[in-house]
Amino acid sequence: MSTTTVDIRDAYFDLVRRRRLYGGLILLILVVLLVSGFGVANDRNAGGFLPGLPQVLDFPADVIAEAWERRAELPGHLVKFFPALIETINIAAVSTLIGGLIAVVLSTLSTRGLARWPRLIPVFRRTMDLMRAVPEIVIALVLIFVLGGGPVPAAIAIAFHTSGALGKLFSEVNENADLKPLEGLASVGANWSQRIAIGLIPQVAPNWLSYALLRFEINIRASAILGFVGAGGIGYELKNAISWGQGQFGQAAAIFLLLFLTIVAFDQLSSAVRHRLTHGAKA
Amino acid sequence: MTDAALYAQADRLIARKRLIAFALPVLVLAYLTYAFFAFDIAGLAQRARMDNAVTLISDTYSYKTHVERSNRTGGIEVAVEGERKGTYDATNYPSWVTVGDDSARIVLDDGGVVEIDGDTTRYDIPGYGAITASVGTSGIEVDRDPATLPDWMSYSNTRLTIKTDAARVSLTRARTEVFVYDFGWELFWFTLDSPYYGHSVSQVLFGDRIDPARSNIAGAWHDFWNNPIWRHGDTAWALFETMLMAFLGTVGAALVALPLAFLAARNFAPLMLLRLAMRRVFDLFRGIDGLIWTILLSRAFGPGPLTGSLAILLTDTGSFGKLFSEALENVDDKQIEGLASTGAKPVQRYRFGVIPQITPVLLSQVLYFLESNTRSATIIGAITGGGIGLLLTQAIITQKDWEEVSYYIILIVLMVMLMDSLSGWLRRKLIKGD
Repeated sequence: MSTTTVDIRDAYFDLVRRRRLYGGLILLILVVLLVSGFGVANDRNAGGFLPGLPQVLDFPADVIAEAWERRAELPGHLVKFFPALIETINIAAVSTLIGGLIAVVLSTLSTRGLARWPRLIPVFRRTMDLMRAVPEIVIALVLIFVLGGGPVPAAIAIAFHTSGALGKLFSEVNENADLKPLEGLASVGANWSQRIAIGLIPQVAPNWLSYALLRFEINIRASAILGFVGAGGIGYELKNAISWGQGQFGQAAAIFLLLFLTIVAFDQLSSAVRHRLTHGAKA
Repeated sequence: MTDAALYAQADRLIARKRLIAFALPVLVLAYLTYAFFAFDIAGLAQRARMDNAVTLISDTYSYKTHVERSNRTGGIEVAVEGERKGTYDATNYPSWVTVGDDSARIVLDDGGVVEIDGDTTRYDIPGYGAITASVGTSGIEVDRDPATLPDWMSYSNTRLTIKTDAARVSLTRARTEVFVYDFGWELFWFTLDSPYYGHSVSQVLFGDRIDPARSNIAGAWHDFWNNPIWRHGDTAWALFETMLMAFLGTVGAALVALPLAFLAARNFAPLMLLRLAMRRVFDLFRGIDGLIWTILLSRAFGPGPLTGSLAILLTDTGSFGKLFSEALENVDDKQIEGLASTGAKPVQRYRFGVIPQITPVLLSQVLYFLESNTRSATIIGAITGGGIGLLLTQAIITQKDWEEVSYYIILIVLMVMLMDSLSGWLRRKLIKGD
């Protein structure tokens, strides 16, 4: 009797020791990778980390000092760049809408039980994987070459990526939907689009909307970045203001401020709305 | 409540839902119409450069070989894409071109023949006939009436261009050029100066030693890896750099955010003021987007992967801080109480009561971010000058190396998909524990 208890205890401690060893090893490998990785990155960088560290605050200080010196011009700059900000938000909104609509179609076509053509489910899934894997900048740069700079290349690029990303999330939502309403609709002769519109969408709309809002938030950042490589909007203005350098930092500060406030505002707004959508109105 | 009132209430509810169901699509449509005009889609047709699109698409699956004669100094040169590193010499001219002293004869796929003889060029086009042009002191002269030329030829005193499906011929006073299109990515494995050019795989692997100084496999690998046109070695290194940026940024941010998240979680932070301050710090780091961090940091550290890593690290510290502190607020208190009852100190309570509970949540968040940061690192690399993003933008800016652009795009997509499946595999392995 006692030997078995001891055996069990020994086996347990053995297991604990081994798990702890593995955990420690994984942590050690991670730290080693991290340290050596930063070493490599540091060597490949134009300026090193340590020599650059004291200068980290120089640029922000310059910008803030100059903006403060010319604080009288700040409201003027804010007004001047507001249309560019609207363009950036428009790019994000249009691409989220269009990407979301494509995602709705792709996700319903690639969910078991809902698919119009069940045999083609893997095809639509791989399509979404591929769309998700293409970074926005790749499509944007190629389209800028063909269509010229402006909001359209950015909107198409972001919409393409959004379709894949939202499609995957939407189809995860769809998998949890109750199929009984759809069967009921099928029994009274509803066709596929009617079954989806009346049977599925009311069930999943809150979750879809919540994911789409999250994506909208991400897309605002993406559209600002794409502006920086020539796709219009606030990013483009920021690039210009920065490349002019000293003397234009007042404009740069105004753009930083606009971008920061927009991101924070939409972040707060969307998290409030998402909370309402997923937890009910009076939670 | 009476039945009538209930019915009325239900009717109102249904009417409202019906209104929303119709109003929402109308609103979306109205917004898209506004965007149609705001983005000037109608004007896009004029601004679009369809010739660019055609060049781009045809370059992705084909390459062109330039046969060029300098009309000032004489002499013929045959080169892939006109590149110095792809220039043929007398030992390896392609079979479709015969090069003489100051002359060349090119036989095209569709049976057309271009003959360059000094200043005179003769192009025999199937289905059209021969056209002869020469470069003289007074400009370019053709043997046909310029008014009768078809619209795939353009002629002026200073330039003649003939475009057919098989080739493009252009004459100016400076040079006579013939571009011949072929399928594929030429010189992808070896450039012309490599002894392995033109040998088959089995010859390189099992055949006699081609370069007496080196063994076949080592020599072929060296020439492939250092291919001066495709730069496979540099490309691989750039891909590694991008993944490194994503890894350092994500894992670094997770390690920084974890202790800070304890300070921002309601059930662990003793001081409310500190907690609120921590939350604002997270919001600030998240709100200053990766773009702004990149610009700020590259001023101090210069362009390169370190700047990109730190930009990702700072942005994600904000995101992870928020997510981790939310996860910490959702932990079950019972396990911590149990540990406390055995006399565990706070550090031990955190280590054995909290960490095991949140590890799966944290790991899955970190792995999700690792995948999406691979894409961010490509984009940040394009701005800050590191990794595959930089190679891509450089190749696009030159506006001629579209086959390299498509090569990089394929590699980027493969890299992201690899990271996606790697992160998915790790998630299953570490969290489901098999």
